[in-house]
Amino acid sequence: MTEVRVRFSVELEDFSLDVEFQAPGKGVTALFGHSGSGKTTLLRCLAGLERRASGFLQVNSEIWQDNANGICRPTHRRAVGYVFQEASLFPHLSVRRNLKYGLKRVPASQRQVSFDDAVALAGLSDLLERAPVRLSGGERQRVAIARALLTSPRLLLMDEPLSALDERSKQDIFPCLERLHSELSIPVIYVSHSLKEVARLADHMVWMEEGRVRASDSLQRVLTRLDLSVERGDEAGAILETVVALHDDNYHLTALDGCCGRVWINRLDRKPGQTVRVHVPARDVSISLEKSGDSSILNIWQTVVEDIREVSRSQVLIRLICNSGRDSPRLLARITRKSCVKLRLKPGMKVFAQLKSAALID
Amino acid sequence: MSLSETDIQAIWLTLRLASVTTLLLLLVGTPLAWWLARTRSWLKQPVAAITALPLVLPPTVLGFYLLILLGPNGPVGSLMLDLGLDTLPFTFPGLVVASMIYSLPFMVQPLQNAFSAIGDRPLEVAATLRASALDRFLTVVIPLARPGFLTGIVLAFAHTVGEFGVILMIGGNIPGETHVLSVAIYDHVEALDYRNAHMLSAGLLAFSFLVILLLNLVNKRTHQGLGQ
Repeated sequence: MTEVRVRFSVELEDFSLDVEFQAPGKGVTALFGHSGSGKTTLLRCLAGLERRASGFLQVNSEIWQDNANGICRPTHRRAVGYVFQEASLFPHLSVRRNLKYGLKRVPASQRQVSFDDAVALAGLSDLLERAPVRLSGGERQRVAIARALLTSPRLLLMDEPLSALDERSKQDIFPCLERLHSELSIPVIYVSHSLKEVARLADHMVWMEEGRVRASDSLQRVLTRLDLSVERGDEAGAILETVVALHDDNYHLTALDGCCGRVWINRLDRKPGQTVRVHVPARDVSISLEKSGDSSILNIWQTVVEDIREVSRSQVLIRLICNSGRDSPRLLARITRKSCVKLRLKPGMKVFAQLKSAALID
Repeated sequence: MSLSETDIQAIWLTLRLASVTTLLLLLVGTPLAWWLARTRSWLKQPVAAITALPLVLPPTVLGFYLLILLGPNGPVGSLMLDLGLDTLPFTFPGLVVASMIYSLPFMVQPLQNAFSAIGDRPLEVAATLRASALDRFLTVVIPLARPGFLTGIVLAFAHTVGEFGVILMIGGNIPGETHVLSVAIYDHVEALDYRNAHMLSAGLLAFSFLVILLLNLVNKRTHQGLGQ
């Protein structure tokens, strides 16, 4: 079974955690929620650092914890890689010896990641002999990521690795994270309170609130859930996975192809064939019953109304499905209640979605 | 101007006493300090208080009770006689036991502070990097607590070199066995032999100064190395 199965409950002095979810056996799962929702506590449970936690944890074929059957591996016997919020490098060791600390504790037969590969991935070749104090915040976090990878983890846990960094250091690390995402075939659990980060990196999303799981599903589906989207206000919108098709240098536009069709956005500096994720805000999607030929809007897709929910007395949020099928992409549209009534929109109706804008997530 | 044979013997005895005491304190004090730094038990404060007691207790009081405790009629002393052992008062091992108790806080407190300052995080990081508990202690705690170890070792050693009251109570004044430097100085002064008293005292003064100076220099360098 290639998945991560999680069930934990912890009672702390001022907080209780009670969660159950499944995540895919590879790819990035975002643990998303506001501060205080229990994301870090849950991550600590997974690593075996929270002693009072009891529950169940299975990582692909291995059971790491099952208190009902008296199984609870201590942290150092879990093949986990943990990147803490602050890089937490050992101050008494050079970058090289920090990296080797975990590596040399893993039997050679179990090593999947070579020292040179990790150094190259995190771009550390010039920093190996430095002391951690002589590194910038972004560099330290890259060392921490490489150090965790070198233990050849079967589950990689990342606790807001970007939150303590300034914008430049973030841009420094993102490529490293994205390469991780595409090159690693292990599950990564990534804690974040930033939807932007999540939208850029995650495939699966666990939405947490006050120590409970509110939603656990593919990123697409969680972000287009109407109940959650209503709370996001102006931020509500869908994420589309697309491929760069071509550039129109005359009008300075780029065409992206997704499952739903083609979308034109402002010229991107990406090569054709590259995958990019775009955010389509609900407020920039409108609906018409007929495909009008003379609209200023370039992106018009045929879709089906899946669900409708009132946002306020004047506005509704509509989920549109591009083609039938469970994993088909969804869009969100926010329109006035008046238009919704006038067009007599109902689930199942075929409509045209007009996308006024879409933006690359970066 | 040279030292008498008794004085040289006293210097050697003192160094031997301080070395043995410091070594044993390191073995006993490290786990104790680690426990004090990490535990959440209600016993922590009482144990910490007992450990710190020699800081405020007059050495003569400590020596007096040890004499009673370890003497042939004391609970420990009579037990030792029953086991066919000699009693400890007025012997070198007796001095070691007394010195260990007297210098205990000087070893434990710097270690405890150093251990507390490390915090949980480096240990958690090491655990996620597959290090077992003992491994974590050896490869993370000891290097990070190095200034604490250094301070503890130097203070315990120097403090043992300088002790007087406890020794007088439990060790007496037996050449080669319990006749240490501070007692030798006292003897010289008693005999109005100020010249020899000066030589030994000036030697101890210089020794103490050098110890503190060295400690500060080494700790300063370590702190710079760790970027603190």
